[in-house]
Amino acid sequence: MPTMPISGSARTWGTVVVFLLAHLASACAESHAEPHSPHPDDDVLRYVPDATAANDLHLPPPPFTEGAFPCSDCHDPELPVRTRRRELKWAHKEIELTHDEEHRWCLDCHDAENRDVLHLANGTPVAFEESHLLCGQCHGDKHRDWRAGVHGRRTGSWNGEKSYLLCVHCHDAHSPAFEAIRPEPPPPRPRRTP
Amino acid sequence: MSCEPGLSRRDFMCAVASCAVAACTDVTHTSFFRDRLRELSTADIAAIVADLEREYRERFGKEVTVGTEEAMDGVEFAYALDLSRCVGCRRCEYACIEENNQSRDPEVHWIRVLEMDKDKGIDFAHATPYYDAEEVPRPGHFYVPVACQQCRNPPCVKTCPVGATWQEPDGITVIDYDWCIGCRCCMSACPYGARHYNWSEPEIPKDEVNTDTHILGNRPRPRGVVEKCTFCIHRTREGLYPACVEVCPTGSRKFGNLLDPSGEIRYVLENKRVFVLKAELNTRPRFYYFYGV
Ligand code: HEC
Ligand code: HEC
Ligand code: HEC
Ligand code: HEC
Repeated sequence: MPTMPISGSARTWGTVVVFLLAHLASACAESHAEPHSPHPDDDVLRYVPDATAANDLHLPPPPFTEGAFPCSDCHDPELPVRTRRRELKWAHKEIELTHDEEHRWCLDCHDAENRDVLHLANGTPVAFEESHLLCGQCHGDKHRDWRAGVHGRRTGSWNGEKSYLLCVHCHDAHSPAFEAIRPEPPPPRPRRTP
Repeated sequence: MSCEPGLSRRDFMCAVASCAVAACTDVTHTSFFRDRLRELSTADIAAIVADLEREYRERFGKEVTVGTEEAMDGVEFAYALDLSRCVGCRRCEYACIEENNQSRDPEVHWIRVLEMDKDKGIDFAHATPYYDAEEVPRPGHFYVPVACQQCRNPPCVKTCPVGATWQEPDGITVIDYDWCIGCRCCMSACPYGARHYNWSEPEIPKDEVNTDTHILGNRPRPRGVVEKCTFCIHRTREGLYPACVEVCPTGSRKFGNLLDPSGEIRYVLENKRVFVLKAELNTRPRFYYFYGV
């Protein structure tokens, strides 16, 4: 009789382990089956940018280099669209993509059909004036903080109208790491000891 | 004044010093015949403002307005600074000087940006405001800008022997520059090094003087008084952000009404890892530091 509970519990444990293994396996299968997720943050996949909220943000115009816009000046129906990843030879050679570049190509963000807009992963077009919606698709946490005035910068009135900056005013969309800057001079050392 | 152990000796020394100094301070007529600012009637204050504006017009050759805006109801100001974003560029330090009419010669800096070692963490003993570099952030370092922490329990106010500095209802600790006797007890009481003394006549070039001022804030100060950050009282009491918030290229600086549940300060307090400097001293700052990552 004393062996019974032991074998009983062994059986129970066996079942638990098998169950767990099966679960793990299916979890792995699931995560492998998913399309490449742009960001490990789970929220990101569920994140839906709030386009209507954008109107009251008083955003400054996008910081294009002079003459870069409208893109359709060159990207007219004559210019063939080539979706293949390649080294660009005929234009935009100055663009260096260091933004998760292994998984990313220009047309993940830029619209192939209408070069004057960006687009989300689901194809929804996004104007350059609202490029933060594109960034928010993968950086949902930062976008929420930004909307609350906590990431990025808001100026104007703490109890009234505020202006925001677009993400691309601080981060180059193509190599977004914040660039080092030159500091102002240090303060003088004290002349007298108080 | 409460008689706290540890402070009592200094209080005593300050009281003695203040008697000595008060007896021989060369006071202007604006200060000598009047009472403390916060005890004056509106009419008396208007007269002082007129006096000051005339003095500044003569000195700078242009109209300088001296505001007297009072604290707004239902407002307690607070500040939050994101240490994971600040790169130590000192834009805030100089924007503050220009906005608040700090002396250019000798230079007075209300904001000090301290460079610290990532290995050592927050460690004032090894911090320096004098770092110089071609580019910041320097590898292995992080930056902690420090100015007045607008304490709820301010040792500077407690130690002032003449009551020339006090906390306003919106949380800003201010100084009555004409009542200050320059004894500098508040400076030694402040654990953040946030108070600064005008050793010689503060010099501000005529074309650089900020003409939008407040009587308890950035109006040009006389020699021999103590001054410090007032959260840009002349701006913030009119609903504007402080100058340092507006200038920060990294967006590390956050300001707002602590009592507004939808404001950025509450968002920081509720969602981020937050701390205050030298919490063990129980000064209870309204200036928070946080990690925005
Ligand atoms: C992560 C999304 C993303 C990717 C990937 C991307 N871009 Fe962009 N690109 C943007 C955004 C957003 C802007 C808008 C910047 C602004 O508002 O000034 C932009 C701006 C541009 C501009 C205008 C630049 C200027 O000087 O004003 C060009 C040209 C451009 N992209 C081409 C490309 C090419 C070519 C590639 C691929 C090598 C590429 N982009 C990859 C998001 C992206
Ligand atoms: C001066 C003409 C010109 C302008 C203006 C221009 N492009 Fe291009 N762009 C080109 C050419 C030419 C190519 C093909 C380069 C190659 O294949 O080497 C190209 C390629 C691209 C590509 C790579 C994908 C593809 O279709 O080949 C993207 C993305 C792109 N451009 C985006 C933009 C955006 C966004 C703008 C506006 C902000 C813009 N371009 C403005 C000429 C231009
Ligand atoms: C399709 C998904 C996607 C989009 C859209 C996207 N990002 Fe990213 N971003 C990533 C991933 C993944 C990383 C992390 C990989 C890396 O560090 O290179 C990253 C990294 C970053 C970083 C950190 C870079 C560093 O080196 O510290 C910044 C800043 C950033 N993105 C800003 C932006 C901005 C601004 C936009 C909008 C113009 C944007 N991202 C749009 C996926 C995206
Ligand atoms: C006022 C400038 C500013 C704006 C606007 C801004 N950022 Fe940043 N961002 C920064 C700084 C500074 C850092 C820290 C960079 C560093 O440590 O090198 C940063 C870091 C990041 C990072 C890296 C991860 C991290 O937490 O450090 C991401 C991702 C990012 N930002 C995304 C965004 C997105 C998305 C937006 C728009 C919704 C945005 N940023 C708007 C200044 C800005």
